[in-house]
Amino acid sequence: MADGRAAAKRPINPRLWLSGGWLLILVVAALAAPLLAPQDPLAQDLFASRLPPMWQGGSEPGFPLGTDSLGRDVLSRVLYGARIALLVALVAGSCTCALGAVLGLIAGYYRGWADVVISRLIEIWMAFPPVLFAILLIAVMGTGLTSIIVAIVVIDWTRFARVIRAEAMTQGAMDYVASAKVAGRGRFGIMIREILPNVLPTIVVLLTLEMGIAVIVEAILSFVNLSISTDDPTWGSMIAEGRAAIHHSWWVLVVPLITLFLTVLSFSQLGEGLKDHFDPVLR
Amino acid sequence: MSEMLFEIRDLRLSFADLAHKPLFGAAPRIEVLKGLNFDIPRGDVIGIVGGSGSGKSTLGRAMVRLLDVDSGKIRFEGTDISQMDEVALRPLRRRIQMIFQDPMSSLNPRHRVATLIAGPLHLHGFDQITERVDFALSQVGLPLTFRNRYPHELSGGQRQRVGIARAIATEPEFILADEVVSGLDVSSQAQVLNLLEKLVSDMGLTLGFISHDLSVVRRLCKTTLVLHQGEIVEQASTQALFDAPQAQYTRDLLDAIPLPEVTPGWLD
Repeated sequence: MADGRAAAKRPINPRLWLSGGWLLILVVAALAAPLLAPQDPLAQDLFASRLPPMWQGGSEPGFPLGTDSLGRDVLSRVLYGARIALLVALVAGSCTCALGAVLGLIAGYYRGWADVVISRLIEIWMAFPPVLFAILLIAVMGTGLTSIIVAIVVIDWTRFARVIRAEAMTQGAMDYVASAKVAGRGRFGIMIREILPNVLPTIVVLLTLEMGIAVIVEAILSFVNLSISTDDPTWGSMIAEGRAAIHHSWWVLVVPLITLFLTVLSFSQLGEGLKDHFDPVLR
Repeated sequence: MSEMLFEIRDLRLSFADLAHKPLFGAAPRIEVLKGLNFDIPRGDVIGIVGGSGSGKSTLGRAMVRLLDVDSGKIRFEGTDISQMDEVALRPLRRRIQMIFQDPMSSLNPRHRVATLIAGPLHLHGFDQITERVDFALSQVGLPLTFRNRYPHELSGGQRQRVGIARAIATEPEFILADEVVSGLDVSSQAQVLNLLEKLVSDMGLTLGFISHDLSVVRRLCKTTLVLHQGEIVEQASTQALFDAPQAQYTRDLLDAIPLPEVTPGWLD
């Protein structure tokens, strides 16, 4: 009815379509990597090393985006790298979001000692330099995908907790919360039914931002060789290898870099787009 | 069953004055309600008036137990609710409802009208919720097509009607209306007042009507209670209070009502 009419009038948000489209392509590419990749991402062929991408002279069929100095196909490695990047983005992003949002909601709505404990925890946490913290954690836990995800969750939950706490405080002072209390709703019910829907847009924006951040963190850790094993194709390790070869084979650096850039940008834009899309006031 | 719906005895309430909190030790308290005594008989429409900072909203919020009181008794149908915790209060919440000043902030912007009205009904275990929501909408004079609207899609007067529908849906005995027409334009004010008047007589409601606007109180309320700096200055039938105010503060308030002064011959 009323909202059906409003939804129909709504202009298509190009930000949502462009970012969502790129991420969809990426997800499909990651899932279908074994079918799409022209080569084995780990296969080395020293006779085919440093082949340029196909639009440049001297390229060979079967290596559309060229090869690195060990003769590994860049396109195949970027496709397989998307699997790791997206896995980290989804798992680390959601876990960080869940932990931070729950703690932030409790601190912001229940206040009292819960707020004191959580707020002090956030302050202590934020005094650690995050990258060193991550390196420290991985040094303790050992390298591997799980370690990266745990490190991201352990470090970045404060990003959610801080913002959601402030937001929950603002919402908690609104009259609709008093109104729900007069209606007889308990504190937990108010938090879930009244506060959470109003904090949700912020959570969505932060979640997608966090997914982008997770991709970057994974790339940084790969870049300094603290991610998963060096053989496995990750965008970060490709960028690290490409950096060494920048003078004679730029594509080894540029292809994963552009992919990374577009992915992180898409995550943040998706969040903004979704926030507008689900806001009944803007609708 | 008690003749009096509410009996308030020596009600005291204070807030911590955090602005003057010493570095160590407790903040000083600001006394907002300084020992109030009054009764609200069943079926009464009582206006609670007073200037800004007189404690009238605090009194209202204490009566519906949105605030904890320091001491004193709030007896609702003979039961003291002043020290009850949230769980013990819950069954009583159905019978004591509240309408808020600003319907934009008192209606959750993420819920549709039907959800907003159905919320209290679900909590108190009502059946036939759809029918009850429709009935509440029809009682406040809103078309049923509004069920799926969001609060921001309504006008101020319509929003306040949703607030009223939400309050009456659980068939309460007492409704506290806190400055409910202050945010509305004059024609919406009149409509909402008419509606409240009609609901009071149709449903046998007891209404607490907090307002700073004496003309509105004069129109709607049977008795009036004047608050000044946390104390009751005067309580009387509205007629008596407006005809022969006893306290100086009441007289000052009445004198402050702007009345149109017509210069003879202004139309010529």
